[in-house]
Amino acid sequence: MTRIWKFGDNVDTDVITPSQYKHQGKNVYVEHAMEPIAPTFADEVEPGDIVVTGRNFGSGSSRETAAIVFAEHEVGAIIAFSFARIFYRNAINLGLPVYVCPEAALGIDEGHEINILADENTIVNRTTGETYYPEPHPPFIREILDAGGLANYRELLHSGK
Amino acid sequence: MSKVGRTIAEKILSEKSGTDARPGEIVKIEYDVAASHDLSTPQGVKRLDAWEASVKDPDRLAVVPDHMIPSHNERSQRNYTICVEFAEREGIKNFYRQNETGLMHAVLPEDGIVKPGDVVIGSDSHTVTYGALGAFATGISYTDLAFAWAEGWTWLRVPKTIRIDYTGEPNDWVRGKDLILHTLGKIGVDGAVYKALEFGGPLLEKLPMDDRFSMSNMAIEAGAMVGIFEADDTMQEYAEERVDGRFTCYQSDADAEYDQRLTVDCDGLEPQVAVPSLPANAVPIQDVTGIKIDQAVVGSCTNCREEDLRVAAEILDGRIIAEDVRMIITPGTRKIQQTALEEGWMEIFNEAGATFGSPGCGACFGEHIGVLDEDEVAVSTTNRNFIGRMGANSSKVYLANPAVAAASAIAGELVHPKEVVK
Repeated sequence: MTRIWKFGDNVDTDVITPSQYKHQGKNVYVEHAMEPIAPTFADEVEPGDIVVTGRNFGSGSSRETAAIVFAEHEVGAIIAFSFARIFYRNAINLGLPVYVCPEAALGIDEGHEINILADENTIVNRTTGETYYPEPHPPFIREILDAGGLANYRELLHSGK
Repeated sequence: MSKVGRTIAEKILSEKSGTDARPGEIVKIEYDVAASHDLSTPQGVKRLDAWEASVKDPDRLAVVPDHMIPSHNERSQRNYTICVEFAEREGIKNFYRQNETGLMHAVLPEDGIVKPGDVVIGSDSHTVTYGALGAFATGISYTDLAFAWAEGWTWLRVPKTIRIDYTGEPNDWVRGKDLILHTLGKIGVDGAVYKALEFGGPLLEKLPMDDRFSMSNMAIEAGAMVGIFEADDTMQEYAEERVDGRFTCYQSDADAEYDQRLTVDCDGLEPQVAVPSLPANAVPIQDVTGIKIDQAVVGSCTNCREEDLRVAAEILDGRIIAEDVRMIITPGTRKIQQTALEEGWMEIFNEAGATFGSPGCGACFGEHIGVLDEDEVAVSTTNRNFIGRMGANSSKVYLANPAVAAASAIAGELVHPKEVVK
């Protein structure tokens, strides 16, 4: 079953990739992701799990490693009350689905079962019966996400499509 | 022409994108400067190489190693070497070699490489610093950096603008750092997420450029995309002395549409301290007086400039740092270091017992010098006091201006500068 991981407000990049690990190579910092506030996260997170967070998720440094850890763990999506701008951008560049949706961030709890209908830009909470409508992505952002990130988007750009 | 007026951010993005750039729209911009340092450049190179691409226009790049210079381990030196190889391979003229380098956010304005009206993207979150110079300057990361290098453009979402006007007469020892800490205390660490902050008002008219850089620098601590100053004579003169060629200074239209307008009344404002572990936890120094410290830091892209060192020297002059405190002072650039020599500040720092570090980021981020042990406490002129930012997770950082940092170094505990300089 898809697990919901719920975090609070202002989770910063020094929490997502703690200082002591962030330059020790991808394997190391991915294994220690979120350790200061969620020591079991890196061990227990499964591909497809959903991260639900409060305000200003990923604040602080511009380091892309903070978004990379969620992509490496193959997290299905991150739903936030709001994102720090550079984290949000980094996630899009990596093709990691990110949704800005205060109602969902408040309404979804650990243990809930949810469905994300990306094409309809809709999140359904099967546990509470609520439906949430995230902020729609501008078409250009949609293009990058659909391509699977900025590197793939660049390839498309040069393949003349 | 559109009828509704525009903010500074909207004007710059309109000019550079050739569109009528309004909040929420995505614009494609041929940036003026793409800046990166010794941690981000190698990450960009790795991606560029994976794409088998090269830099489209090397003259618009600036590569400034500043985080781990001189290196303290092999990995850091390897990163520097990658910067050298990249700069030589691509013919990057704005590459700062190890013997001429300084802190990116201090050297690029000082050398006139960033200028008013520019769009600057930097693979460092404190790229917002150049807003003090009237540039639209914002942080990006590695994949964005490599894309911008290869393609010559980047995408930006036009932000809404929050206008902040500063008024009133603050008390002694208050500087730009205190104004921005006080502002963060009012709007919070997410008070300006994905928005532009625009700074103006009568109190800022006489504020020196060095203080303005401190303010713009910490706009990111409210989540802002940029923290931009309205053009005035101070900005114009600073740029004219340094920039070769033309630049454009912008002011907002009288009928510009703002997301919010705030007035921050600084009458009677005291020096501010941001207590752990958020930069927005600002309180007057009086509220935290007496907290014992192990380390005092003057430096970082927030407070590494002449005015910062001048104030530290004024306080340390003829005084000795408390026995159990280490004080680390790092100038932003060689030029600032030279001024510290010529003005006699170096001698003052040395006699006081302070350590003078080489130009660069210094002790800000807990990986190079001045790393805190478990439970240690620092007062620091840097910009972040997050958990573990300067070392161990149990260590604590109190953010303050250079006067408070220097006075506290002497007292061995957090103290108002007026208690030391009587």
